[in-house]
Amino acid sequence: MLIYIAHYHKQVITNFQCFSSLRHDDLKEMLDSNKDSLKLEAMKRIVAMIARGKNTSDLFPAVVKNVACKNIEVKKLVYVYLVRYAEEQQDLALLSISTFQRGLKDPNQLIRASALRVLSSIRVTIIVPIMMLAIKEAASDMSPYVRKTAAHAIPKLYSLDPEQKDQLIEVIEKLLADKTTLVAGSVVMAFEEVCPERIDLIHKNYRKLCNLLIDVEEWGQVVIINMLTRYARTQFLNPNMNESLLEEGSDKTFYGSDEDEDEEEEEEKDKKPYVMDPDHRLLLRNTKPLLQSRNAAVVMAVAQLYFHLAPKAEVGVIAKALVRLLRSHSEVQYVVLQNVATMSIKRRGMFEPYLKSFYIRSTDPTQIKVLKLEVLTNLANETNISTILREFQTYIKSMDKDFVAATIQAIGRCATNIGEVRDTCLNGLVQLLSNRDELVVAESVVVIKKLLQMQPEKHSDIIKHMAKLTDNIQVPMARASILWLIGEYCEHVPKIAPDVLRKMAKSFTNEEDIVKLQIINLAAKLYLTNSKQTKLLTQYVLNLAKYDQNYDIRDRARFIRQLIVPTEKSGALSKYAKKLFLALKPAPVLESPFKDRDHFQLGSLSHLLNAKAGGYQELPDWPEAAPDPSVRNVEVKDSVRAVGTVIYRDTGSSEEEERKHERKSKQRKSESESESDEEEDSESESSQTESEDSESEAEVKKKKKVLKKTHFKHSNMNICMYSCQCSFISFQAAESKPPSKPVKKDNKKEKKEMSLLDLDDCKLFFLNLFFKLSALKENTKVMALTSTISPSSALKSYEMLHRITGEGLSVEYCFSRQPFSPDANMVAVQMQFTNNATSDTKNLHMEDVKLQSGMRVKEFPEIELLPAGEMVTAVMGIDFCDSTQAANFQLCTHTRKFFVSIQPPVGELMRPVFLTENEFKKEQGQLMGMNEITEKITLDVKCRNEHSIVQRVITAANLSRVPCGSDKECRFAGRTVTSSSLVLVTVATKEEGAAKLTINCEKMVIGTMLVKDILLALTQ
Amino acid sequence: MILQQQISVELNMRNSPSDPPCQSALFKGGHQNITFHQHVNPSQFIVWELLQDGPICRRLFSNSGNFWHTGTISCNIPELAAEMIHSLFLINHSGDIFLEKHWKSVISRSVCDYFFEAKEKAVDPENVSPVLQTPHHYLITIYRDKLFFLSVIQTEVPPLFVIEFLHRVADTIQDYFGECSESVIMDNVVTVYELLEEMLDNGFPLATESNVLKEMIRPPTILRSVVNTLTGGSNVGDTLPTGQLSNIPWRRAGVKYTNNEAYFDVIEEIDAILDKSGSTVFAEIQGVIEACVRLTGMPDLTLSFMNPRLLDDVSFHPCVRFKRWESERVLSFIPPDGNFTLMNYHVSSQNLVAIPVYVKQSITFFEMGPCGRLDITIGPKQTMGKTVEALMVTIHMPKAVLSANLTPTQGNYTYDLATKVLVWDIGKLNPQKLPNLRGSLSLQAGAPKPEDNPSLNIDLKIQQVAISGLKVSRLDMYGEKYKPFKGVKYLTKAGKFQVRT
Repeated sequence: MLIYIAHYHKQVITNFQCFSSLRHDDLKEMLDSNKDSLKLEAMKRIVAMIARGKNTSDLFPAVVKNVACKNIEVKKLVYVYLVRYAEEQQDLALLSISTFQRGLKDPNQLIRASALRVLSSIRVTIIVPIMMLAIKEAASDMSPYVRKTAAHAIPKLYSLDPEQKDQLIEVIEKLLADKTTLVAGSVVMAFEEVCPERIDLIHKNYRKLCNLLIDVEEWGQVVIINMLTRYARTQFLNPNMNESLLEEGSDKTFYGSDEDEDEEEEEEKDKKPYVMDPDHRLLLRNTKPLLQSRNAAVVMAVAQLYFHLAPKAEVGVIAKALVRLLRSHSEVQYVVLQNVATMSIKRRGMFEPYLKSFYIRSTDPTQIKVLKLEVLTNLANETNISTILREFQTYIKSMDKDFVAATIQAIGRCATNIGEVRDTCLNGLVQLLSNRDELVVAESVVVIKKLLQMQPEKHSDIIKHMAKLTDNIQVPMARASILWLIGEYCEHVPKIAPDVLRKMAKSFTNEEDIVKLQIINLAAKLYLTNSKQTKLLTQYVLNLAKYDQNYDIRDRARFIRQLIVPTEKSGALSKYAKKLFLALKPAPVLESPFKDRDHFQLGSLSHLLNAKAGGYQELPDWPEAAPDPSVRNVEVKDSVRAVGTVIYRDTGSSEEEERKHERKSKQRKSESESESDEEEDSESESSQTESEDSESEAEVKKKKKVLKKTHFKHSNMNICMYSCQCSFISFQAAESKPPSKPVKKDNKKEKKEMSLLDLDDCKLFFLNLFFKLSALKENTKVMALTSTISPSSALKSYEMLHRITGEGLSVEYCFSRQPFSPDANMVAVQMQFTNNATSDTKNLHMEDVKLQSGMRVKEFPEIELLPAGEMVTAVMGIDFCDSTQAANFQLCTHTRKFFVSIQPPVGELMRPVFLTENEFKKEQGQLMGMNEITEKITLDVKCRNEHSIVQRVITAANLSRVPCGSDKECRFAGRTVTSSSLVLVTVATKEEGAAKLTINCEKMVIGTMLVKDILLALTQ
Repeated sequence: MILQQQISVELNMRNSPSDPPCQSALFKGGHQNITFHQHVNPSQFIVWELLQDGPICRRLFSNSGNFWHTGTISCNIPELAAEMIHSLFLINHSGDIFLEKHWKSVISRSVCDYFFEAKEKAVDPENVSPVLQTPHHYLITIYRDKLFFLSVIQTEVPPLFVIEFLHRVADTIQDYFGECSESVIMDNVVTVYELLEEMLDNGFPLATESNVLKEMIRPPTILRSVVNTLTGGSNVGDTLPTGQLSNIPWRRAGVKYTNNEAYFDVIEEIDAILDKSGSTVFAEIQGVIEACVRLTGMPDLTLSFMNPRLLDDVSFHPCVRFKRWESERVLSFIPPDGNFTLMNYHVSSQNLVAIPVYVKQSITFFEMGPCGRLDITIGPKQTMGKTVEALMVTIHMPKAVLSANLTPTQGNYTYDLATKVLVWDIGKLNPQKLPNLRGSLSLQAGAPKPEDNPSLNIDLKIQQVAISGLKVSRLDMYGEKYKPFKGVKYLTKAGKFQVRT
């Protein structure tokens, strides 16, 4: 391979030399020389040419040879060259790759980083796999600087080959977990470029990012803050929830003062109280100091975060910092003012104290002036309007005419928004009509027109004044505005209007199109109100318009003639001509161009342009209900050991685990060794049920206590109730492991001993129970099954809430297989709450149950107090409607809410029924065809005897054994809990572990699912 | 705007009609790459192309001359994010591009035409909008020292991010070469290019801290350039930058000085608008503390004030520990080496701002005849007992003013006919003999009388006083044994100080 490359290299070089021998010969000679100084000189000249935009691609072969040059400056310049031209000279660029690959293995971290940087900057598709490999390796490098470089390389590779996305996301995920500030900014940047939609990757790193933020370099801070803004919008609730509803409801609050809103808020006290997620608070708290950053981009990023995420009362803090930025370069001012303009519409109060900071200086660039004007207009209210108008008056005298025009419009907007000053403004504007500058006059006319529309009857003198202006003013827009005004209010100026029309008719042909249209308009309106004087004039104007070059004007003339001049042919519409033309028109609303711009994330390019830029990530709306906040919980290493070992642990070593261990008393460890099967009468059955509910009066008080403490399901005992009178208790010997570590604290030790004692008590208790029951056995009907059944080890328990996500509270549940006494159609679910936290948990209850249709839930009674370190059980009932759909609900404590769900395995959706062999066969005969599912299986080696088959099937599903004559067949029967459909299971064993599993069930879905479960139980 | 497009092309691609359809093909055309990957069936391919401009179909056909193809092309355009800053162009005042740097693939300099168009329209270079939208790119420009720094952006990025970065580039050039001008940049073009290479990686800022940069690329000195010429040595540091690896990237390790010194300049600027009658429309004080710290090792400094309550709003160099400021109102920091801006502050607006001078002025243009009169007198007002120095008045005259015939009692004046700017350089203000400028202005014949009177911009300096009254009480150093020289200097300047007429 190397030989090939070398050969190829030679060939290519000769080729190139032929082509480009005419140019840059001197440079090539210098590059080929042995002296570093000559090489350096040549490279400097080449880089200078690149900088000027000259093409030096023909030197590629000569330059690339020097990639391994010892002189560091030559090397660096070669890199510069290489990155610039590699894309155009892909084949030759490959020659340099091996140098970088060597560099990636260098013991010096900085060399590794720089090799990766250059390698990833070479945009040659063929090396994508090499880059991928390099990035993956660098991502687990010891040096954070190399890892940072890896993060930088990710978007480069992604833009080269987007198909690597999945692999790159893995790297990003890994780097996001990095705890150094050096990496944080760069990896979030990579995240934003490659997979901004994968918000789930952030959960576990959220708190860390918040805490690192202050120490991250400034550019990284900007990227992280922007990303976290989006994240927070998806994960937390709107802190202004209640207010925003009000704001939508009435415009008054929008313009009204803040006090009003506050008062109204208080009235709405009955609304759900809003509690801010602590993580939301964390973000706001940790970003606030960055408002003091020297970097304008960081300040802006924090400002937008506060604007989009903070409660209304807290947003104010950003105003001061934003105003400070107005002292910065004019480009910074420009961007900041754009954002302030948007903010000042939503939150005017925030900037009011800084009103004077937005005063305009004659030296400001025009675009800054216009933006400041916009802010001033937004900030205007009854109290400050006089100051603002005084300030505007000085602006009108400015030399900058665009700015003057903008000021006049701003005055117009103030006048429409604040009724008190409308007349003052109007008078001021009328004075401007005598201004020397035509642009000023024209702009005033346009604004006056808009203002007059609000109350025309008062201002006929102004209209008259304006009518006179038609002789002088030439700006088409202004002329058109005047004509429209006269036409619209011709009744207020009955004498002047026809005269104006006369003049206009004379100059019609020389007017601009918009003016012509308004002349036709005026003519039509006058014709309708004063046809005596204007009939001929109108005819004349319409005739002129008929032959106009512009088809809009011709069309308009034709249309208006038909409409106003009554002829025989004219339709029904002409009757309404007056109504059509002289209808009352609503006054125009003068709105800020920045209104509603805040749907773009502030500080973004898209916001600035008021158009979505490529790659813009929408700022999502707040969620209606907060997603599960526990996703952000992270295991703290030193306090708790490995996750996920809570339920099925084989080795207990840490203190905490051990304590739990003993409390729960393992069931899995012990080889399930049933000591007896027993049947019991209904009396004892009910007492058992009650004792599970922790409410019964057990025979011995102490034992009852023990029973409560020693969780039923996790105790070494398993109680199964058979629906009729038959029930049995299996009691497995407890084999709790002795503590392997000495206990440090005394109180803990005591506790431990206590629990050990409890356990023994428990054992005793059940042994007693067992003997009592076996005595009973003599008196009751003996069931054949009792001798054969050796029930399963234990009921399997499932995790509902892990102690990490639950912040100390852990919940497990199991299906107790007991009839749920309040409602026979419900499946009993027993839950065990353990408080691992150091503080008490209060008011444990459930809320907000989300169910599929038909499903029902009977909630467990509220647990008022769960002291720290204690455990409590409760039972709830769920009617799953014979489906395996999960029941979702919120588990609430006095402080927190957790989203949890219970999903039943299909085997728990049934209850056992007792059938005789004949009944079984009869029922089976009726459930053939579609209702029968047969599966051939090979039994697990350990499960070839009848005993273990029965045990496994009963563990998998809540069924009862049906007596059977043949030892080759095991039969089980049950009914689904909700619809009482029969479920019949037959396992017929054959030679060498082969077996046939048959399930007959009316409900085919249940049948299919059950087959899978039992199959798994028997074969695994 | 759109960087990459996904196009599914139903083509039968063969090198010749008899060949089987190719499994994958690589096209080359300029800096464009089109790669074909087999997809679904041999006749259908997915194409990824880096699209610069122009419709994709054209390029596809014009570049595929070697291949036979039949079928149709359909496009769907997924939006892919691109890097932040794509390219940088430096443009001088007269509109020549004299340097270009691309951090990704090359973008033709014709993209700047949109900027030139906007520049044509604007009267003043400052009036060119900093953000321009073109069909495929966004241009973000800053104007510094008569140069335009024009960056090309392809996708969403916070505009301030780019603007702040461009200013940082200009600052760095200024820091390295003493000034930021076309001639200086072109004289040091290789160093500038190397700097740009280090400052940005793939469009994302990498090393912007001057200390880190100086470790990698040494700023030129006369001595070194002589030595380099003789020995063939280089400006590129042979040590690799350790600053980037440390927790305090702004300070390099192993700093040594024989004279250890720390100087702080408290500079305050008065921003004010005075109206015709001389009353204050708006005034505020903005301050900055510039530091020059040359201390050996890793000193940990604490700077405290006599009256920190004056400070209303502050922004800090990243070295300042924000928590200590919050709790104790002292500046605690490990300083960068050399010159840096320690903090910026704004003085609480509750305090009345002392206005050091008053201005009596009258500028009138006569209705009859093309002339006007100008009479300006400046006197001291609240100077805290210090002398006002470097007093200067700048007036932007209306366009109609052709020339000025004035007599100053002190200093001298110039009137620039092209820009219509009148500058009166007064110098020291003598309270005994107030400076006055009076005389006539001649207007363009026939032009209407200017509507407005120009406003006066005042420049001044007062040494040894911070007008807000802010005082540094002490500077303590921890972490090092030696005793440094310490010094604090105060200075008050006029900022945006404007008198309306």
